[in-house]
Amino acid sequence: MTAGTVTPYRPGEQAGRDGFAQVLHAEWTKFRTVRGWVIGTVVAALVTAGIGLLAAGTTTSSCQSTSGSSGGPTRTGSACAAAAFPVGPGGVPVDDSFYFVRQPLTGNGSITVQVTSFTGLLPPANPNIQSGPNGPADTRPGLVPWAKAGLIIKNGTSQGSAYAAMMVTADHGVRMQDNYTNDTAGQPGAVSPASPRWLRLTRSGDTITGYDSADGMHWTQVGTVHLAGLSSTVQAGLFATSPAYTVVSQGFGGGSNGSSLPSQATAVFDHVGQSGTWPGGTWTGDYIGAGDASGIGSYHQAGDQFTVTGSGDIAPVIAGSGNEGDPDATLTNYLVGSFAGLIAVIVVATMFITAEYRRGLIRVTLTASPRRGRVLAAKALVIGSVTFVAGLVAAAAAVIFGAQLTRHKGTYVFPASWATELRVIAGAAALLAVAAVLALALGTVLRRSAAAVTLVIVVIVLPYIMGVASVLPASALDWLLRITPAAAFAVLQAAPQYPQVTAVYTPTSGYFPLAPWAGFAVLCAYAALALSLAVVLLRRRDA
Amino acid sequence: MSQPLTAGPPGLPGVRRMEVTGMRDTLHAEWTKLRTVSGPAWLLAGTVALTVAVSAAATAAVRCPAGTACPVDTTKLSLTGIEFGQAVVAILAVLAISGEYSTGMIRITLTAMPRRFAVLAAKAVLVAGLVLAAGAIAVGGSVLAGRVILPGHGFTAARGFPLESLADGPTLRAAAGSVLYLALIALLSLGIATAVRDSAVAIGVVLGLLYLSPIILTALTHDPVWFHRLERYAPMSAGLTIQDTTGLRGLPISPWGGLGVLAAWAAGALLAGGLLLRMRDA
Repeated sequence: MTAGTVTPYRPGEQAGRDGFAQVLHAEWTKFRTVRGWVIGTVVAALVTAGIGLLAAGTTTSSCQSTSGSSGGPTRTGSACAAAAFPVGPGGVPVDDSFYFVRQPLTGNGSITVQVTSFTGLLPPANPNIQSGPNGPADTRPGLVPWAKAGLIIKNGTSQGSAYAAMMVTADHGVRMQDNYTNDTAGQPGAVSPASPRWLRLTRSGDTITGYDSADGMHWTQVGTVHLAGLSSTVQAGLFATSPAYTVVSQGFGGGSNGSSLPSQATAVFDHVGQSGTWPGGTWTGDYIGAGDASGIGSYHQAGDQFTVTGSGDIAPVIAGSGNEGDPDATLTNYLVGSFAGLIAVIVVATMFITAEYRRGLIRVTLTASPRRGRVLAAKALVIGSVTFVAGLVAAAAAVIFGAQLTRHKGTYVFPASWATELRVIAGAAALLAVAAVLALALGTVLRRSAAAVTLVIVVIVLPYIMGVASVLPASALDWLLRITPAAAFAVLQAAPQYPQVTAVYTPTSGYFPLAPWAGFAVLCAYAALALSLAVVLLRRRDA
Repeated sequence: MSQPLTAGPPGLPGVRRMEVTGMRDTLHAEWTKLRTVSGPAWLLAGTVALTVAVSAAATAAVRCPAGTACPVDTTKLSLTGIEFGQAVVAILAVLAISGEYSTGMIRITLTAMPRRFAVLAAKAVLVAGLVLAAGAIAVGGSVLAGRVILPGHGFTAARGFPLESLADGPTLRAAAGSVLYLALIALLSLGIATAVRDSAVAIGVVLGLLYLSPIILTALTHDPVWFHRLERYAPMSAGLTIQDTTGLRGLPISPWGGLGVLAAWAAGALLAGGLLLRMRDA
């Protein structure tokens, strides 16, 4: 665009004035010179950051009064601050507590076993009428869906160390799991004396391969995993564990209706076969993960047969699961202010077009640049970019200072990778920007600010409110958060959802039915649809 | 006050100009304004339609399978639509005053009726009255929808869910309270709109005030003190406790107390709006 180019810019030329850059510049000038809109955008940024920080500031440490009572490590007082949970090889906080009947294995080798029975005990059906403390009369036979028992090869006995395991589960068949977050399905079906399962783990270097079989003759490979940094001598053997029994009361409401109580699982193993170098020679049984020996577990050996009982879980920790001692606060909590920012943004974006209609400025605008689609595109670009920048600054401030605030107060906040952090911050800003474009489009369609503002707020914010505070069943809420523009809040989800861990995954605890960017795409689709409708109507109608 | 007006011969402008405009005239003028534009009628119809539709949809979405206990407050469930209908009520109330500001009509109004409190009072009476009427239809329709839908979804009398009826004390309180709730939302919106004047900003403030509290509550689960305060004193979460008919002991605030909190918000907003209307140039 220097003076020497072939088509220099000449202010007097009609073609130049109608260019998109000129329209864009005109719209930008309109935006920045209306004090109310600039103030509104600043307010949006301030409430987005401010409310999030306020929430982070008032948050007191929840674990100070909590003591893990069941199957898991006791977490009290100062232990909550940072090192409350063991950290797995993937860097995520994990539960690692189970009963382990083990021998050291040096170098390569394998272990094979037959599982002939898998039973367990559940807490009383109605915990409110519990008669005695942990008495056998209170409990009933049964297994939680993800109760597990089988073979495990683990890099030492410390919590959070790398492992690979072949296991039978109560409701999900044979699985191969490794390093807490990975899960591969094997043979389906439950274990019984009539239908036993054979499991095998083979170590070769840092590669561990899992096999299963129905008869001990015909083996199927389930999976192969590489455990980085596996030492030459590992602990290998039998394990049993059973996660807390979680009750979601009929799936009604998104609120705090999950409760969890300890359960236990007992597996009977037969035909234990070992190959390779096992220098120990005898089996040792101990409970992994109970510093204070509070864990439930035991084993009993009769010839070749082992009966192992355990409680706890080998799995990632779920944020906001409602399980006692688990953390509730995630990154998403810092961004609760974006809902307030959203309302301010919607007001400004709607007025960006409706004010033109009210003041009659739209006639001047459309006379100056008769290509109406371009005018709307320029407006969308201006309001979207301004909102994105304001949202980005606000969300980044909320996350960065919120984290400092909670660290200062010693509250445990579920950790997130930098990629997640980046996605949540950029996602919050993009959500505000696309909502602004949607508001602009609906403002153009309706031409009345009150109706347009209300419509946009109702379609974006209300479905989410229904999700966090209503009497609707979870399935209906799932659909609301899939098909309405509120699906976009999925982009703020900070903690991953694991199918192999039973927990209350609800919007209240920060989980959404759609994947983050898929949910965001739903909002984008609505905005695109509204914008097309706005262009058509703007062209067709008199201004 | 009204005696000389009715006694004086009608249609004599010279006589009338001598009188201070009475409340009845102010009411009549405001009624004419509301009646002669199509917006309010559509918004009232929209309130009814949206409330009943959402209530019926919410009720239809819930089933109580045989053999399970369903801890559902069916009355509150069948009144779910109020949460949506209130948004339309807010538009109506906001436009009742900010519409005059956007067209400049407010200057004529205040010239004709210089007693500004009386103008606001007349608007408040009319808007509240219209919303009460529409709200009664909306709530009646919602309860009726619940009565029709619920038994077919497993909520039968045999399982502890008697047919929803206004003869039942708590149900009547929830239904009548929901109508009052809508009227108070209208007054709150009118007060805020009078203070703010611009319709977009006013509706943004109103809906922010209403809808943000349940969201912020989710981030405050760690702080029982602030959680409890917000639950008790935020206009929507407090006001909607009037719909609860089960688990009353677990409520953050009693049903009528909650509606009282909303009434205090509405009174505060009207007072602030009235004072600003009086102090500012139109």
